[in-house]
Amino acid sequence: MKLTENLNKKQKNLLLRVAVAAGMLVILFLLPLKEYPLLRFALFLVPYLTVGHDILKKSWKGIRNKQVFDECFLMAVATIGAMILGEYAEGVAVMLFYQIGELFQSIAVGKSRRSISDLMDIRPDYANLEQDGEVEKVDPDDVEVGSIIVVRPGEKVPIDGIVVEGTSSLNTSALTGESLPRDVKPGDEIISGSVNMSGLLRVETTKEFDESTASKILELVENAGERKARSEQFITKFARIYTPAVCYGALALAVLGPVISVLAFHKTSDWALWSDWIYRALTFLVISCPCAIVVSVPLSFFGGIGGAGSQGILIKGSNFMETLANVKYVVMDKTGTITKGNFEVTAVHDGKDEQMEAAGILELAAHAECHSTHPIASSIRRAYEAGDAAVDTGRVIDVQEISGKGVIARVDGVQAAAGNLKLMEQLDVSCDACGSVGTIVYVARAKKVTGADPVSGAKADEDKTAGTFEYLGHIVISDEIKPGAKEAIRSMKDAGVVKTVMLTGDIRSMAESVAKEVGIDEVHAELLPEDKVDLAEKLMKEKSAQAGPKASLAFVGDGINDAPVLAIADLGIAMGALGSDAAIEAADVVLMDDDPRKISKAVRIARKCIRIVYENIFFAIGVKLLCLILGALGIANMWLAIFADVGVMVLCVLNAVRALFVKNI
Amino acid sequence: MKKTYKIDVDCANCANKMEQAAKNTDGVKDAVVNFMALKMKVEFEDGADPAAVMQAVLANCKVVEDDCQIFL
Repeated sequence: MKLTENLNKKQKNLLLRVAVAAGMLVILFLLPLKEYPLLRFALFLVPYLTVGHDILKKSWKGIRNKQVFDECFLMAVATIGAMILGEYAEGVAVMLFYQIGELFQSIAVGKSRRSISDLMDIRPDYANLEQDGEVEKVDPDDVEVGSIIVVRPGEKVPIDGIVVEGTSSLNTSALTGESLPRDVKPGDEIISGSVNMSGLLRVETTKEFDESTASKILELVENAGERKARSEQFITKFARIYTPAVCYGALALAVLGPVISVLAFHKTSDWALWSDWIYRALTFLVISCPCAIVVSVPLSFFGGIGGAGSQGILIKGSNFMETLANVKYVVMDKTGTITKGNFEVTAVHDGKDEQMEAAGILELAAHAECHSTHPIASSIRRAYEAGDAAVDTGRVIDVQEISGKGVIARVDGVQAAAGNLKLMEQLDVSCDACGSVGTIVYVARAKKVTGADPVSGAKADEDKTAGTFEYLGHIVISDEIKPGAKEAIRSMKDAGVVKTVMLTGDIRSMAESVAKEVGIDEVHAELLPEDKVDLAEKLMKEKSAQAGPKASLAFVGDGINDAPVLAIADLGIAMGALGSDAAIEAADVVLMDDDPRKISKAVRIARKCIRIVYENIFFAIGVKLLCLILGALGIANMWLAIFADVGVMVLCVLNAVRALFVKNI
Repeated sequence: MKKTYKIDVDCANCANKMEQAAKNTDGVKDAVVNFMALKMKVEFEDGADPAAVMQAVLANCKVVEDDCQIFL
C-alpha cells in the first residue's frame, strides 16, 4: 500500500491504534447502552486507552519531572475531565483527533524533509577510485587529494577536481538550476554534484570530500535552520507563554465562572452550573496546544530554503529570508553582476599622425603589460595572441607598474607606456579623444631611440624623463553586458525594489552607458575600493530614511574583493559563486550561477515564504483566540476546540509545504 | 568548541524545549536545535568535556521531553 509505505514503525503503530479506536467508537455510538451506565463507561474506556495510553503516561512523567504544561498534560486533563462529566464520546474523540493530528504532523514533516533532500539530490554515494590501473568503488570520504577517480556517464561527480582525460557534457542543474549542459575537456575544473552525461572522465581530485562543493552546499542548506528568523523567535516565545496562560485561564474559568454567575447573576449553585463551566474550561485546554503554530513556521522556512536551493539560490539562514523579502535597495557591482567581467579588445585606433599601425600598437601594449595580472592586461594579451603571435617576455625589461594608472616598461630596449588618461597626463602626452564606449588604454613610446643593444641595453639610455614620450594610439576594451541584465533590473522593480544602484571603478562615460542600457537608477563611477565602502554606508542611511527601518539593502557582487561591502549591507549576495569558497563564505545569499535574473527570483521566493509564515501565524493565533472566546462564552464545544487544534495544524502544515514550490515564481 | 549531534524528536515545540534544556546545562555555552534537519549544534564552554556534558544534556532533555533521543 502506497500510503503506509513511507511510514516508520512508530507512525504505523499509531495509525493502527487510531484506526482501531475509531472503529470501536463508531460501534459504541450505535449500541443501545443508555440503561447500563457502568458498562458504557467501561466499554468507552477501551478505545480511550487504546489510542491515548501513551499520552497519559507521558503526562504523568511530565508531572513527576515538574514539566506540567505540555500538550500531553493538557490532553490528559481535558479528556479525563470530559469522561468524568459523562461525555465519554467526546473524551475519546478528542484524544483520537489529537493523535490523528500528531500522526499527520509527523508524516508531513517527514515528507517535506524527504522532498528537500530530493530537491538537493547532489550528495554522491561513492567514488570510483583508480589505483594501480584498477578501479574500485569506495566511500568518497576515503579519497585523498590528488587521487585519480573515474566518472562514468550517468554518475555524479563525487569530488571537485580537474579533468585529466576524456571529454563530456555535465549537467549542473541540481547545483545551479541551469538546464544547459556544460562541456568539459582535459584541464577543466569540474565540480562535485554535477552529473556526467556523455563521456567517461578521469579526474584528478583537488579537494577532500568534506571540502568539495556538493558537501559544502548540503551543509549550508541543512544548517540554514540554525539562524532563526525573528518570526521564529517570536513564535518560540509565544508558545512558552501561551500554554501556561491558557491553562490558568481554564482554571479561572472553572472556578470564577460559576462564582460570578452565582454572585452577579443570582444563579443557583448546582452541579449543572459547575459542570457547564468545567466543560468550558476543558474546551480551553484542548485549544491551548501551541503545536500548529510552532511547527508551521520552521517548516515554511525549511521549505522556502530548500525550494530556493533547487533553483541554485542558497540562502544561509531563515533570518536572511526575512531580510531578503524586505529588499528595497539593490546595490550592484558592475563587473561580474551586470557585465560578464571578461574584457575584450573591441578596437585598436592608431593616432592621427600614424606613427604605428594598429597591429604594432597591440603588440607593444601586450608586451608592456606582459607581467600584469589585471583583467584588462590579460584581455590585451589575449587579443594579441589570438593571431599567430605569442608574447615574448624576453623582449621586456624594467617593468614599472603605476597603480591605478598603467604600466611603463622597456620593450626591445625602447620605453613604452600603456595606461589610462592619468598616465598620459603624468607623462605629458597629448592624445586623441575616442568616441567609443569602453575602457581606453593609451599607448605611447619614447621618442628617442638610443643606440643601445635591443635586449639588454637598459643601462645606456637617458630617455626616462617626462615629455619625451610620443602618442601612438589607443586600444578600446569593452565588457559585455550579460544577456539577462535588462530583464533582471525590470523584474527587480516588479518585485518591489525601489532603487537600483550601480558601483564601479570604471570611467563615468562607460558606466553611464551601461546603466542606461539596462535601466539602472543611480550610477557611481570611478570608485576606489574604499569609496565603495563609504558609498555603501551612505546608501544604507538613505535607505533607512527613504524606505523605513524595516526595508533592507542588498549588495550584489561577484564575491571577490567585495567582503567589506558585503558586510556593511543588510544582505550580501554573491553571484556566480559556483566553485568559489571565498564567495560562499562571505555572502548571506549565494547565487550559484551568474544569471542576474536570479536576484529578483530570490526576492520573490523569500516574499512567498514570508507570506506563508505570516499567514500561518495570523491564521493559527486568530482561530485559536476566536475559539477561546467562543469557548469561554459556552458557544464552542469540544468538537470545535479539536478543530481549532488539529484542523488548524493540518491547514498550517499544508500551507507551509507550499513554500517548497518555487519553480515558476 | 562546537559539535553537531543527530537527534530524534517528534514535535517542533518539543525541539524548542530541548534547545532550552541544553542551553541551561552546565558546560554548554550555546545550543541550537534544528528541528527540520533533526540536528543539535552545541557550543561547549572552554575546558568542558563534551562527552560528560552531553550526558547531562541528554538527561536534561529527557526531563523536558521523555520521547527524545540524542545520538552521541
